[in-house]
Amino acid sequence: MARAAVLGRLTWRVGTVRAVRDETPTARTLVLDVPGWPGHEAGQHVDVRLTAADGYTAVRSYSLANAPDADRVELTVQQVPDGEVSPYLTQALAVGDPLEIRGPVGGWFVWRPGQPEPVQLVAGGSGIVPLMAMVRAHGTSGGRAPMRLLYSVRDPASALYRAELADRAASDGGPEVTYAYTRAAPPGWPRTPGRIDADLLAAATWPPEAGPSCYVCGPTGFVERVADLLVAAGHEPTRIRTERFGPSGGSP
Amino acid sequence: MNTETPAHLDGNAAAGALREVFAVDLTTAAGRCENCGRTVVLAEARLYTRAPGLVGRCPGCEAVLFRVVRGPDRTWLDLRGLTCIEVSLPDA
Repeated sequence: MARAAVLGRLTWRVGTVRAVRDETPTARTLVLDVPGWPGHEAGQHVDVRLTAADGYTAVRSYSLANAPDADRVELTVQQVPDGEVSPYLTQALAVGDPLEIRGPVGGWFVWRPGQPEPVQLVAGGSGIVPLMAMVRAHGTSGGRAPMRLLYSVRDPASALYRAELADRAASDGGPEVTYAYTRAAPPGWPRTPGRIDADLLAAATWPPEAGPSCYVCGPTGFVERVADLLVAAGHEPTRIRTERFGPSGGSP
Repeated sequence: MNTETPAHLDGNAAAGALREVFAVDLTTAAGRCENCGRTVVLAEARLYTRAPGLVGRCPGCEAVLFRVVRGPDRTWLDLRGLTCIEVSLPDA
């Protein structure tokens, strides 16, 4: 079991949008200044609360995208069609606006740079966000644990953080990154578009004998399929940690 | 994570609601399912959020482990399906 430090009462804080970055036509990153932010670990998330003029509130969870940082919080939000919260966060919220958040929360789906074993990340669509925090934490900590990322996306244009992942993959000790395209692959791509299967998993991920910790994040169906494939390949179920965000984000 | 209209999520998504009540991160705690006896890390419970509140179910047998309902100025917490919760508390 992960350590559970005794924490103070969780309260809402008002952050301020310092910058926004468009990641894809339907996803953007919010960079927030949050006074009193206690810091976080890679893989944790925050709750975001929106309050309407009539007092109606909506709370949603969003993974933290940046490496642990003492005073800055980054959330990458994928717009969900007909969503109640994400259209506001991806379209209306502007630099200088306030945003209520609380956290960080969740100590289970977390990678710590001190972990020595190989790391296998498997992302579906915007499930890349908490895994990107791990990739970034790995980079900033000079982590020695070897890391691989298998990233399933519909097509090249819907991949988040593509340029940064390429840079990190090219750097010394950086992660090995493999894309799996489900709908449309770049010209000349060697694999026919399709879902991750046992063959691709065997080719692009650590074998069970390497004893990796596996982190799988994406839509519910994706996560359950990949977790089943990992177990079938011989990975210890207890070494596989999963995070689902529901089916509505579209199949990656 | 992006929790718009999901079927079910992970217990991890209840971390905020539970941390309002408990001084520890309960999602890393291990709980025993009263129905099937399985030990479940609460982060791995199946969390349903379309109810008025949050309902965590056992990933093995789907029995209700816990329910959390947040109202104005109060929280209702029902732990009916958990016979025991083990929390890591290092002797600091």
